Amino acid sequence: MDKFRMIFQFLQSNQESFMNGICGIMALASAQMYSAFDFNCPCLPRYNLVYGLGILLVPPFILFLLGFVLNNNISMLAEEWRRPQGQRGKDPAVLRYMFCSMAQRAMIAPAVWVSVTLLDGKCITCAFCTSVPVETLGNASHPSLSQGEMKRVLARIPCKEIYDGQELIANEVAIRYLRCISQALGWCFVLLMTTLAFLVRSLRPCFTQAAFLKSRYWSHYIDIERKLFDETCAEHARSFAKVCIQQFFEGMSTDLAATHCHSPRKAPADAGEATEKLLGITDQSTMNTALKSWHRCKPPLHLHPPTLPSGNGWAGEGQPPAHPSAPRREVAAYYSRV
Amino acid sequence: MDRFRMIFQYFQSNSESVMNGICGLLALASVKIYICFDFSCPCLPRYNMAYGLGIMFIPPIALFLCGLILNRQSLVMLDEWRRPQGRRKKDLAVMRYMCSSIMQRAMVAPVIWIIVTLLDGKCLICAFSGSVDPETFVGFANTSPLQVQQLLAKVPCKDDELMRNNTSRKAVTRYLRCWSQALGWSILLILIIAAFLARWLRPCFNQATLLQARHWSNYIDIEQKIFEETCCEHSRLFAHKCILHFFKSIREEIKMHSFNLPREGEGAEGEEDLLRGITDQDQVNKLLKMWYYEKPPLDVSQATQR
Repeated sequence: MDKFRMIFQFLQSNQESFMNGICGIMALASAQMYSAFDFNCPCLPRYNLVYGLGILLVPPFILFLLGFVLNNNISMLAEEWRRPQGQRGKDPAVLRYMFCSMAQRAMIAPAVWVSVTLLDGKCITCAFCTSVPVETLGNASHPSLSQGEMKRVLARIPCKEIYDGQELIANEVAIRYLRCISQALGWCFVLLMTTLAFLVRSLRPCFTQAAFLKSRYWSHYIDIERKLFDETCAEHARSFAKVCIQQFFEGMSTDLAATHCHSPRKAPADAGEATEKLLGITDQSTMNTALKSWHRCKPPLHLHPPTLPSGNGWAGEGQPPAHPSAPRREVAAYYSRV
Repeated sequence: MDRFRMIFQYFQSNSESVMNGICGLLALASVKIYICFDFSCPCLPRYNMAYGLGIMFIPPIALFLCGLILNRQSLVMLDEWRRPQGRRKKDLAVMRYMCSSIMQRAMVAPVIWIIVTLLDGKCLICAFSGSVDPETFVGFANTSPLQVQQLLAKVPCKDDELMRNNTSRKAVTRYLRCWSQALGWSILLILIIAAFLARWLRPCFNQATLLQARHWSNYIDIEQKIFEETCCEHSRLFAHKCILHFFKSIREEIKMHSFNLPREGEGAEGEEDLLRGITDQDQVNKLLKMWYYEKPPLDVSQATQR
């Protein structure tokens, strides 16, 4: 318990760095996914724009949602938001803090994807190759083509093998131009994101530090409380199960002793621990009966105090007092709906 | 608890080395990003300068802001700067010290980017290929001004059809790269000399003030960390008491509604103790329902007074 508490405290005080670690891993994963992805521009007039912008914008949206899904605290936020008020008021500032910190962490992987995509240049080249300024970059002396024909030719710019408009505008010139625009957009995006992050982080102490400390404390508290409650329930369930099973074996041993007309075999006072743990079941057939009974009718989820004699029948939930031995099994069968 | 305290103390005493580590990682990251970045000069008259200088200066700004964001001490400093005075005076020397140490660490990655860029040379070649004097290069000497601008703009692109067989292209490239590398090495030398002088001459001026400022800035940092740790510990104990109180109140309620003899804790085995009087499926269900529908109030004063 102490060791668990120590580790728990360490993780808790370092929860921020733990979450930051997960963010970093997701960011690296998104960069890796982009480099593993095989980009294939369709080189057709309308499809290029859809494909290029789709690859630029849809995966970040998916990564953003994934960032929320992978964050354990989302269920905590939902629970705190939807719980009935009861005896404890709800503080919207705490909910806002929890949501903001989760959203900030979920934004990192999509931002990395968009930056890497723009800096690489393939998406923008594919999406906007039909909008290249042919008048300034290309041959002004080339016989003019119809709009549709020009678009069809320009759409093939990303696919060097099938490009047939070299006289109209050189392939390398167009690609260099588009890639330059894409990289400029990429670096501006990176600068914008870092400036926003910097402003968010540095303006907070200037304005709302006291409210921030309060929200942070209570959001940590809600998290710890939930974990401790789960831990207490698990401990309770374990003890419940242990006593339930112990009582089952005792009941079984008493029943079998009554059936075989022995006096119930109580463990002698000075018996070793091993004998006590045998719980009165010491041969194969008894064990088999116990196992069969466990499978066929599990005992009710109702622990009776071990000191009261079984004939007295603890009222429990208002059931009639149980009789000893055989009829009790009937009651147990009635209850075993677990 | 002791081991935790030991690990914590290790990190406290080495918060400077943690910050230095982050600074080093960011510097390595900046070199790695430059290497991975696919530099492609547009080779068009006005775009070259914008692209070249943009690649040289915009990433350093982003790296500088990253260095400020990733450094925990910047938050501590801002907090100290903006807090109301209260009963503790503010010491400007401490804040100046913290500010300068944060800035110094944040400047390392941008400076490394600029130096690597200059030593590599591609940015400067791209940016200034249109600004060289065409008369000094044979291949560009006898062409019209408009054409010479177009040709010079294409110098950084080796594979361009006009530049493929042009020998003067290599001359311009070498010339610009030489300037770029000279600039890079000069900046590096100046910075190292400045750092050396600053470190060597600092003990000659205001050493006592410096020691005080460094001590108190370290103190503020540690105080903040310990406060956060104490809050965590407090909220854990608070939650523990709250939950125990909740279990007790459920047990009281059950005792009131079902006329059982209450099973007191004394003399019970360890397991009975952990059961906290909840020994029934319905009681457990009721407890869990109460936990959701009516969380206990955030007030453990009654629990502590018992």
